[in-house]
Amino acid sequence: MSVLVLMEDGGPSRQTLTLARKFGEPRSVRIDAILPFAPDALATALAQAADEHEASAVFAAGTERGNEVMARLAARMDLPFAANCIAATPGDPVEVTRLRWGGSLLEEARLHSARPLITVAPHTVAADDGPVPPEVDLHHPHDRDMTVRVSDHVEPSSAGVSLAAAKVIVSGGRGVGSKEGFAIIEELAALLGAAVGCSRAVTSAGWRPHTDQVGQTGTKVAPEVYIACGISGATQHMAGLKGAKRIVAINSDPQAPLMLNADYTVTGDLKEIVPAISAEIRRRR
Amino acid sequence: MRIAACIKRVPITGGRILLTDDARAINTQHLGFTMSPHEECGVEEAVRLIEANKGDSVVLTLGPSEAVEQLRDAMALGIDRAIHLQTDGQEWDAEATAGALLEAIRADESANGPFDIIFFGNESADSGGFQVGIRVAYGLGRPCVTGLKKVTLEGSQVRCEQQVEGGRDVYVVPLPAVLTVKEGLNLPRYPSVPGKMRARSKPVAVVTPSRPAPRLELVKLAVPAGQGRRAESLGSGAAAAQAVVEMLQKAGVL
Repeated sequence: MSVLVLMEDGGPSRQTLTLARKFGEPRSVRIDAILPFAPDALATALAQAADEHEASAVFAAGTERGNEVMARLAARMDLPFAANCIAATPGDPVEVTRLRWGGSLLEEARLHSARPLITVAPHTVAADDGPVPPEVDLHHPHDRDMTVRVSDHVEPSSAGVSLAAAKVIVSGGRGVGSKEGFAIIEELAALLGAAVGCSRAVTSAGWRPHTDQVGQTGTKVAPEVYIACGISGATQHMAGLKGAKRIVAINSDPQAPLMLNADYTVTGDLKEIVPAISAEIRRRR
Repeated sequence: MRIAACIKRVPITGGRILLTDDARAINTQHLGFTMSPHEECGVEEAVRLIEANKGDSVVLTLGPSEAVEQLRDAMALGIDRAIHLQTDGQEWDAEATAGALLEAIRADESANGPFDIIFFGNESADSGGFQVGIRVAYGLGRPCVTGLKKVTLEGSQVRCEQQVEGGRDVYVVPLPAVLTVKEGLNLPRYPSVPGKMRARSKPVAVVTPSRPAPRLELVKLAVPAGQGRRAESLGSGAAAAQAVVEMLQKAGVL
């Protein structure tokens, strides 16, 4: 039996292979097989390939593109689709465990489908180090499937350190108090060569742009050190911190969820503590 | 111009998620509810488009009777009317949700004409299925662009910017279209007091679709283990600054 895997470059697709192999001998379709990226055309190509190779299942990485193409394949083939799984066991029904709430909750579910469609949540499963599965031949895309296609690319406008790639992030929450209150956060970030982040409460209040937001509906970050100032630590925020190596929480409430989920804590008023840290760094230079 | 926005009622989970005794749902006894964040931006965008171009805006949700609160919230922001696909509180999977929404949209369109744009959130905050908007688009045979951070009308087309690593990809598709959006698309306004007053008298049409057997069937939920870290206190107040800097040096970032 064969399974079809939509492959991208990088780790998440290798992790996807680990689960896919449990369902059969993998064959692959590259996500850049049709250029420019045209998700309907790719879904059509996957559907044809799945039929021609009698694929028992179709897998993709749970990336934005992977989930998108798989949802289109599901809509096209009139099949259910389980997104962001961390485990899958073949059978009738297929048993899956998948992420909810950006990973703050796990769902065990049964997938009732003759051809399960599954994406694998990135960085939740060990990577497969076997051979890259052979690519299947695809049909030339039909014009009607090329209506939705990438026609241009815009570079990011923001200067400074990118949140997703930052080694250090100094982040502020509701406790910072105002737009102006972020001056001390920015000062510390500049001294550390760090990016400035914030919680959803801050962007909703209009104090910072959404591009600074860390969390489930913001950016997911993976710094060496994450310094959270005046952030309570709602699940919305914590869902963006799963890749952070060390979390430092500065908060006046020692029972705040982030204080309980940090590696290091400082209790007290961030308006005194943050400038004191900046001053200490300057003193040592 | 006619615009629709589809939303989902979700609990505000706070710091720690507690489950019901049968572990099939979140214990919401002490929780408030809101509309899922991406969808709030879809609603705001719908209101802005109708303010600029005139016409009719509709908000739809599938959810329990209490979900009328989120429909009223959307109407307080400026949406004209609502369609409530009322459930008995049981969870519907994404496929069934899309099927019921598709039917409700078709019924409204056959009476009032097609929606130029139907907004969805890219994924719901709770179940995160990444598929309801796409399924509805396929059902209607319309182009669908996902994960949008910017939407600009250009005559009979819409220009869409999708966030990707290293910038944004641009798509231009003809109307009518289905667009799934992400938080950051805009900054949703706060509802005004007159807005809230007006929302009370705006029409809410109720339909009660029957729930098909889910093909993605929830068995139970679990809170992942190992979330709590053992925090080391570096002290309190400004006096802790020295310990923080030493920790940063040890971590090799200073």
